[in-house]
Amino acid sequence: MSRAPIRTSLIAGVGVLGLALSACAAETDGDSASGGDGGGAKEVTIAVPSWVGAQANAAVAAHILEEEMDVKVDIKQMDEPVAFDALHGGKADAILEDWGGVPKKEELYVEDKKTVVEGGDLGVTGHIGWFVPKYFADENPEVLDYENLNDFVDDFKTSESGDKGQFIGAAPSYTTYDKHLIKNHDLDYKILPTGSEAAQLKEIQRLYEAEEPFLTYWWDPQWMNAQIEMVEVELPEYTEGCNEPAEKTECGYDTLMLQKYFNADFAENGGEAAEFLKNFQWSTEDQNEVASMIAGEGMAEEDAAAEWAAEHEDVWKAWLPKS
Amino acid sequence: MSAPALEKRDERPSEPPTETVSAKEPAARPPGPAAALAARLAARPSALLVALAAVLVLVSAFVTGSGAWPAGMTVDVTTPLEDLNAWLVENRDSHWLFLYFLLHVSNNAELAVDSLIGLFEGLGWVGVTLLGTVLAWYAGGAGLRPRALRTAATALGVFLVVGVLGMWDPTMETLALMTVAVAAAALLGLLLGIAAGLSDACDRALRPVFDLMQVMPAFAYLLPFVLLFDIGVPSALVATVIYAAPPMARLTSLGLRGADPAALEASASLGASPWQRLRTARLPLARKEMLLGLNQTIMMCLSMVVLASVVGSGGLGDVIYRALGKVNVGQALTAGIAIVLVAVLLDRTTAAAGARLEESETRAPSPAAEAPRKAGTRPLLRSPFTVSPGRFARLRGWPSWLGLGALAAVLSALGPRLGEEEWPREWTFRITPYVNDATEWIEKSLGSGVPVVGGTLTWAEGVTNGVLNPLRDGLNATPWWALLVLVAALGWAVGRWRAALTASAALGVIGVLGLWTKSMDTLSQVLVALVITLLLGFAVGVLAARVPRVERWLRPLLDTMQTMPQFVYLIPVIALFSVGRMAGIAAAVVFVLPAVIRITAQGVRQSDPAALEAARSMGATTRQQLLQVQLPLARRSLLVAVNQGVVLVLSMVVIAGMVGGGALGIDVITGLSKGDLALGLPAGAAIVCLGVLLDRLTQPARTEGR
Repeated sequence: MSRAPIRTSLIAGVGVLGLALSACAAETDGDSASGGDGGGAKEVTIAVPSWVGAQANAAVAAHILEEEMDVKVDIKQMDEPVAFDALHGGKADAILEDWGGVPKKEELYVEDKKTVVEGGDLGVTGHIGWFVPKYFADENPEVLDYENLNDFVDDFKTSESGDKGQFIGAAPSYTTYDKHLIKNHDLDYKILPTGSEAAQLKEIQRLYEAEEPFLTYWWDPQWMNAQIEMVEVELPEYTEGCNEPAEKTECGYDTLMLQKYFNADFAENGGEAAEFLKNFQWSTEDQNEVASMIAGEGMAEEDAAAEWAAEHEDVWKAWLPKS
Repeated sequence: MSAPALEKRDERPSEPPTETVSAKEPAARPPGPAAALAARLAARPSALLVALAAVLVLVSAFVTGSGAWPAGMTVDVTTPLEDLNAWLVENRDSHWLFLYFLLHVSNNAELAVDSLIGLFEGLGWVGVTLLGTVLAWYAGGAGLRPRALRTAATALGVFLVVGVLGMWDPTMETLALMTVAVAAAALLGLLLGIAAGLSDACDRALRPVFDLMQVMPAFAYLLPFVLLFDIGVPSALVATVIYAAPPMARLTSLGLRGADPAALEASASLGASPWQRLRTARLPLARKEMLLGLNQTIMMCLSMVVLASVVGSGGLGDVIYRALGKVNVGQALTAGIAIVLVAVLLDRTTAAAGARLEESETRAPSPAAEAPRKAGTRPLLRSPFTVSPGRFARLRGWPSWLGLGALAAVLSALGPRLGEEEWPREWTFRITPYVNDATEWIEKSLGSGVPVVGGTLTWAEGVTNGVLNPLRDGLNATPWWALLVLVAALGWAVGRWRAALTASAALGVIGVLGLWTKSMDTLSQVLVALVITLLLGFAVGVLAARVPRVERWLRPLLDTMQTMPQFVYLIPVIALFSVGRMAGIAAAVVFVLPAVIRITAQGVRQSDPAALEAARSMGATTRQQLLQVQLPLARRSLLVAVNQGVVLVLSMVVIAGMVGGGALGIDVITGLSKGDLALGLPAGAAIVCLGVLLDRLTQPARTEGR
């Protein structure tokens, strides 16, 4: 039996596998000091959630770290809960924008295990609320008070919500109390589970262009706010602790100073890179500027960051470590 | 000549619900339809049973009006799962299970992928392109043979296009992850397949495990994996391997079982030990199936690329995920194209290696007699080697293999000097704006206001109001025990006791998990998606089978539909159908349609040509040929299409959840994104139960075949 072609072709068929094996022996310096083993990290991993504002933070931080400080930056996409696990285990060094979506994990890692440390304010204020489009609010100003929402059920009805009004919900990983708010205020609304931020954005874009009425969970900073005009529906005012326990929530959302978090080891031994990220602080306008370059104009993240950095030298000079 | 077909059909002891019976024989029905129906029902006990169960369901639904599973009969799985979750988080750094086992798995996985990425970077883009092309050329048989050149050209083209699209970096990351994943999945599949192929007990034990591995949505077990293996590459890798290993295992087992008994007998009579027999006879005889399995495994690995990025393993999936956040279809499509191209590269390379195997197999029987016989067909440089069997030929593989290694070494030394690590930015071309313009145009012009037909948004609303809502409400209004009776009756009609028991047990588990209402919602969506897919798929499939030109045009389109990650077309789907259940259904239809079309076309085309010819010569019209000859003959294939449709639609439940499908899908996603094991895992289990249920009810072929 002629075995040669069989053998060779099997080898070639899974040839890439062979490459993997030979590579194992060849080069093994893939990941180095991302945790920073003293003397300052030469490589930093930033965990970035899927929304554009956070991408803007990371892009600008990465641009300056790489261009000005010669630190290699690895940007990894992951949602908040996973990102905290990553910080805990040292797979990532920094989160630059946290909305407080996973309080339990925060408590576990920051308070109990002390593997994650707070990194201070990002400088951007986050605000969540219930919003309607301006064209609808202009015609129906009463809609802007939550107590009147039941009068508008017919306007917000869709085939999905049946005989109730439709409330466009948030992506599953986002902080929400909508379910409890609707129940506790006896609102005749049904939440449309959008399932992802992309789905919600696209739906809003579509409805806005068609000038149809809708009621949605919405937030700022959000790049799409540069393209559409939304008006907030007033909910009962937020007071400290009014959303605990979540089931009893009747109040609206808090306005948040978005937070940075670092891997504890990185914060201590990360040297200049860590100092830079601790200093990293910019305004909502700055972030929106970069975010709308990325999302609105479709620029690559690096290009948008470079353009912003070229125009705002005074802002980022202040972040550089003093030494 | 259509008579045998009809006869054959009547012989079958069981027929699925009355609907198919009456739909298939409208012409043959005698004057009194009601009487005839009653007579036919009486003649078939199983049909009667199903009809009675259906009546029970309708009556009980109207009488009771609501019939969700009673809360008292559910089992609380939340608390133990939450405990498990807490335990995992607490002990991850200290327990021996992690320190001495799982951590090693993670580290090795990470190391393998990282070293590959390092190698690719070291090679630089010129080096990777060269090495990849040479490897493909080699897999295609080397030399100047057309196949080798074609495979090499494909590889070269793939690398260049990926570079021009500006996707070089993420593609290398994905290629590295996929290489390791494919290797691990193929190895695991091979071992499991050998076990299942050699021992009947193993086969029986492993079969449901394979089913579970394939139907359980990866989103549901990704979270425990993140806890077990840490985020990033390791958990993505393990999830991919679990999903992609079954086809390799199944086909290996199939190949081992299908081996020519004469050859095995010969090997045994020569005194070979069981181990020798496995190594020298059984495995080589199963090569072809194993290669097909490898091919399937590669495709399934690639379908996990986007998912892998959810837990932070980077690559092309990352690009798609980020593009979604910007509602940027063009960017997502660019990365999607790169994924499709990587699939093409791996598919063509393994297929070429497989084709070469097949050739060598036809030649295998008598090596001594082969030289004169094959001399004419294989004139190229292989002949001097292939003539001589034994050690010399066996050695032949090593020099070329060493050569490849040397090439890699040289390239990695020279790589950086040949060009930059990454593809030069000036040589890229962004298709994003054009794609976005095109998508916008499609969205604007098809959404609504199309004369006569209305537009997709109007349809979506119509189907939701007219079909989806009534079906869901109907299912929820039906008492749970009536549905159990109906499922048992259907199961008995289709596959007797075994099917009846499995199907009703699956439904029971859903109830016990406390997910009855949500599962009924998901079931209604799955059924609607299935019906739409089958209607479209059968129509297009029949057309493709009868008009070869249509098939030729369809093939690349179908390939793309199957390999393009669903995430890429989610945004246009939302624009066309609005967020909600219909968007999920539309995405599912796009994904499942190719399989149904292919199976249908295959079945119709393979229906006995003699029967068709006879019908034609007897003057049957095209319509008669199709309805009375081809379709009845293709019945088995159509049933396979239904079954495959069910399984594939269920695999889209989670994706549907991402565009407003709600129900079980959103629970799985929320579980993953909120880190809540107790929410995602039971929902995933309920999806598996729905899969088992529908699979058993659509598998009549099993009993009929015997």
